[in-house]
Amino acid sequence: MAKQIIILLLLTGSCFFFLVGTVGLIRMPDAFCRMHATTKSDTLGAGLALLALMIYRGLDVISLKLFIILVFIWITTPTAAHIMAKSAHSQKKDPSRGGIK
Amino acid sequence: MIQTAFTAMSIFLAVLFFFCLYRAYIGPNAADRVVAINVISTKVTILIALIAVVTDQYAFIDVALIYAMMGFIATICVSKYIEKGKLF
Repeated sequence: MAKQIIILLLLTGSCFFFLVGTVGLIRMPDAFCRMHATTKSDTLGAGLALLALMIYRGLDVISLKLFIILVFIWITTPTAAHIMAKSAHSQKKDPSRGGIK
Repeated sequence: MIQTAFTAMSIFLAVLFFFCLYRAYIGPNAADRVVAINVISTKVTILIALIAVVTDQYAFIDVALIYAMMGFIATICVSKYIEKGKLF
């Protein structure tokens, strides 16, 4: 019973963070603000959802594969955010320097 | 009970896809579309893992891992193409 309550709490937190990321993606005014809203909250939401699945399975090969997916998402999402921010910055014209990049 | 919770979260994620697709459709620049596609690929990975556990077909876990890799590579390639105008 305690395991089910922990899984429900983790799933609720994951849904909350995915919802926050999507609201930020819709409502924020700029590409950098959208990146700031989505990448961090999606990383945490994916971590909580996969942790709930790992607790549901227990110690197993399936749980190990879920942990591999979790580590992969934790490494690649900040890296992708860095590269997306670099490409968006290269496209942006800076108004404080007279429109020069 | 727990299976119902996993199914409910799957439906919730499937509803959230449409809002991300709205941003990918309406986004004024290419960078906004890249951000939206990255978010969608992360959510699809979680959705495949949830469906694999709900339907007891654990071969889908490998599909989720490969989908995470493909989403990362797609994000890197499109960002490099936006930045440089060529891939390599």
